[in-house]
Amino acid sequence: MRRYLARKILVYALTFVAAVSINWLIPRLMPGDPVRTMLSRGSAGDPETMQAMRDYYESVFGLDQPAWQQYINFWTSLFQGDLGISVWLFPQPVTGILLDAVPYTLALLLPAILLSWIAGNRFGAFAARSRWLDNTLLPLGYILTATPYMWLGILLAWGLGVVAGWFPTAGAYGFSSIPGWNWTFAWDLVMHWFLPFASLFLVAFGGWAIGMRNLIIYELEAEYSNYLEALGAPRKLVRRYAFRNAVLPQMTGLAVQLGTIVAGALLTEIVFGYPGLGNLILQALNNRDFFLLQGAFLFIVVGVLIANFVVDVVYVVIDPRTRTQMQGGGA
Amino acid sequence: MSDSAIEAKAAQAETGVSGAGGVRWRDTAHFAVRNPKLLIGAGVVLALLATGLVGPLFIDNPPNAYVGPKSAPPGGGYPLGTTSFGQDVWAQFVFGLRATFLVGLVGGGIAAAVGMVVGFTAGYRGGLVDEVLNMITNIVLVLPALVVLIIAAAYLEARGIWLQGCFIGLTSWPWVARAVRAQTLSLATRDFVDLARMSGRRAYKIVFREIAPNMSSYLFMTFILLFGGAILIAAGLDFIGLGPTRGVSLGLMMHSAVSWSALSGGMWWWFVPPGLGITAIVGSLYIMNVGLDEVFNPRLREL
Repeated sequence: MRRYLARKILVYALTFVAAVSINWLIPRLMPGDPVRTMLSRGSAGDPETMQAMRDYYESVFGLDQPAWQQYINFWTSLFQGDLGISVWLFPQPVTGILLDAVPYTLALLLPAILLSWIAGNRFGAFAARSRWLDNTLLPLGYILTATPYMWLGILLAWGLGVVAGWFPTAGAYGFSSIPGWNWTFAWDLVMHWFLPFASLFLVAFGGWAIGMRNLIIYELEAEYSNYLEALGAPRKLVRRYAFRNAVLPQMTGLAVQLGTIVAGALLTEIVFGYPGLGNLILQALNNRDFFLLQGAFLFIVVGVLIANFVVDVVYVVIDPRTRTQMQGGGA
Repeated sequence: MSDSAIEAKAAQAETGVSGAGGVRWRDTAHFAVRNPKLLIGAGVVLALLATGLVGPLFIDNPPNAYVGPKSAPPGGGYPLGTTSFGQDVWAQFVFGLRATFLVGLVGGGIAAAVGMVVGFTAGYRGGLVDEVLNMITNIVLVLPALVVLIIAAAYLEARGIWLQGCFIGLTSWPWVARAVRAQTLSLATRDFVDLARMSGRRAYKIVFREIAPNMSSYLFMTFILLFGGAILIAAGLDFIGLGPTRGVSLGLMMHSAVSWSALSGGMWWWFVPPGLGITAIVGSLYIMNVGLDEVFNPRLREL
């Protein structure tokens, strides 16, 4: 058990190193002068700010130093929590801008991931081996999971927002509301949150439901299911065992799918102008703000790694094999 | 943007060899033509492919040319209306279909190739090679593909569909490598593989002549899933504005529709067709895959 987690942590540590190295390497590998590319579409107009930005970036890139020195400098500033200064919002530090956006992304992602996983599993288990549901709702599940996240978002924003007028379609709260701890503002937040959440939820839900349905069918084919049935165990009991066995691979699937769902959240945020990391990435791209872009990348990778680790720990806890080992004090 | 059907497949792969490698071709064909899921899925995909191949031949102007009235709804000379710049949406759609299929083919193909090479090598060689490849696979698996692609594409001044496909292929292979490795591991200890090894054949020959044919149906289905996944990732990149710098794609159409406020303008004909096209292609591929699974795997057939 400890070996298993140690191995996982090693993989995650190496992934982090790889992500940081990608961040360091890409601007240096690409053709052209990175500083010039960055400033070519910077938002600052007056020459004084321009000069300040140029000086800053040249000192950060330190292109006159040897490559290994640049690489070490990169890591040093990273550990000091310094991800550079934004071009778009010069001279605000990137770390602060990102930290302001993270809560919005998490508010979309966490409920969408958890609820879609739970509901999708329940529903998939329910639909498996029921001819009517299989033939009507299964194709629907496949279509949902094949839908590009942003397109479902666009459709919802158009249908329920623009045409029906039930929900606002942009931002995290209305222009007229004043942020504060009161019910009107909270309601405003919820209304703005609902559509992006719903589109994320629906696409992910389709995937989980199908995955569960397939797994349940495999489990019902297994020897133990046949044996139980032959003993005359009630159908409900057999299915309950099948479900418990199928949840484990779905857990692994959750870890694998995290990156995809996070990407989906970024795209959805862009559709709805929701002020999370996805929107920052769009702004960073439009303003050629590479520090902000790379900072967002690191934030996302770290988030995905943490979430993966949480899934690993939960897996160890719910898998009866490893759980017994833990309780027996072994391994 | 793969889905969890893939996970089910991977999970299935880890429990043993799926499908029936030894089923005769005629048997397979017999069940294939009687499987509605396969027929409907393949039908939709082929119809859209044909539209993408033939449609552009009937369009005289380049897809991004400003040809018609601005913001015209469908009807008249423009079956899908025009954009707010007077571009023909139908023209963009058929050219976009082409781009979508191309990116799926390139991205899916490269991902399948890399995944298979890594999976076969790791599973067959074992030992240190396996450890190292496994580590690399796990690292690439955890990195969120789209975000890596955003970083890489952001620095490129000129981007093309081929390059996009290559990038996508290079980031979306890990789950294939894992599944192929698992199957290879279980096959590599079989008697017929031992026999081939004793006869002194080269390793790559054993892999391609003895091991791969036993999972050919699985590999084919994997490619279909990768194809769909590559299309979805490409659409995401295009939507962010990192699509091909010249030309059209379905994702790029959605990008411009949203950027030029087609939503508040109620110009549904601008953003519904591209998304619908992608959903139809990828959804049909998935449904086709379920059908193929039933054709190849006798246990799943509903008799």
